[in-house]
Amino acid sequence: MRDRLTTPARLLVVDDNKVNRLLLTRSLELQGHTVASAENGRVALEMLHRDDFDLMLLDMEMPEMDGFQVLEQLVGDLQLRDMPVIVTSSLEGIANVVRCIELGAEDYLPKPVNPVLLKARIGASLEKKRLRDQQKEFVRRFATPEVAQDLQKSGFSLGGKRVHAAVLFSDIRNFTALAESQAPEETIELLNTYYALMFDAITSHGGVVTTMMGDGLMAVFGAPFPLPHHSENAVRAAQEMIELIELFSHERIAIDKPALRIGIGIASGEMVAGYTGTNDRAAYTCIGDTVNIAARLEGHTKIFHRTILIDNATRLALGDRFAVEPLGPVPLKGKTETVEVFAVA
Amino acid sequence: MTAPTIDSATFEELKATTGAEFAMELVGTFLEEAPGMLNDLRTALGASDADTFRRAAHSLKSNGNTFGALTFAAQARALELAGLHSVKAGGTGPLDELDAEFARVAAALAALRYA
Repeated sequence: MRDRLTTPARLLVVDDNKVNRLLLTRSLELQGHTVASAENGRVALEMLHRDDFDLMLLDMEMPEMDGFQVLEQLVGDLQLRDMPVIVTSSLEGIANVVRCIELGAEDYLPKPVNPVLLKARIGASLEKKRLRDQQKEFVRRFATPEVAQDLQKSGFSLGGKRVHAAVLFSDIRNFTALAESQAPEETIELLNTYYALMFDAITSHGGVVTTMMGDGLMAVFGAPFPLPHHSENAVRAAQEMIELIELFSHERIAIDKPALRIGIGIASGEMVAGYTGTNDRAAYTCIGDTVNIAARLEGHTKIFHRTILIDNATRLALGDRFAVEPLGPVPLKGKTETVEVFAVA
Repeated sequence: MTAPTIDSATFEELKATTGAEFAMELVGTFLEEAPGMLNDLRTALGASDADTFRRAAHSLKSNGNTFGALTFAAQARALELAGLHSVKAGGTGPLDELDAEFARVAAALAALRYA
């Protein structure tokens, strides 16, 4: 097995002094790494934005843009702020070293850099980065890019904030009968295709899938990040979902499989969005009356034999850009007052 | 006893860790670059450019330590810490001394290079 501390990495050496740059590059290349170099902070930031690096070795005293300025820029850069930085400098004064660490530098190595120490520090930094990347990958896979970004930006805390958004519920009609008529493996494959299509339609309109349950899903438009036209985005996503399901059904019919049909309910308004659960296991979700209405509307698509049902708030937000058909006031389960329901063509 | 111009233990370690050939190339780079930085010190002094002055002294100190030019590095460090204004007030004596020490360092390194 390869020693993980010497796993080759892509490193960036930043130093205005040519001797230092060559020397550090040489030491790192001898340790098996691929090394690029920059002669000041400005050039370094350009390279970091252009190429992928695993770690940066940064000098502090540099013309144009010094190391402190580079560290300050990295702190505010979502893409680069997790890049491990080892400061290599012969800084005078402990206060300067403290300032580097406070600005997020992972480590400080005084010059001339001892090669053995250098190897150990780089190994430790890369290992920490590997764990962080793995964590980010898990968050990305199990959350959504938006939720992952929100988590990265504001950190995790249970609780929510009030947002104006649109909620979409969707599920497959007669799924139980469908599932019973085929092997479980085939059902899983069907669900995976279904989810891939639905995710594509939802995320391409700025929505975030918050929940998947069996054959049903819930998506929110306008949280964690606001969307200027959340209701319209939700309806457009719904239309695309229907189109994709029709295409998919055509393919299925061609191989003698039953067609797939889905029902979608959308409601717009105020809700609370945030993380619920426990500190150990939590999910991003939205809660409130608007969410309940959307879920009930989705259920009513079966009764009305329509594919997309929306509430009055969503209809008002759409203006006259969509053809909608009023279905009248409908009593919904759990609601004391009736709700105006509309079908989207 | 005066300190040697080049501390041989430091220089040998440089050769051992980076390879003798590379160490010699690095000496060549230093001998090319250092006069420019020494010149930067004087130019910065004339222009009252404290940042450039400090940076040049800092770089010379750092390079001096790399090659084991310990006296040279200590003189450069003194300039870095003193800063442009105190040198300006005290005269260019320390700069002349640094130039003279560099001449000795360059000769010693050149001798090692062609040894």
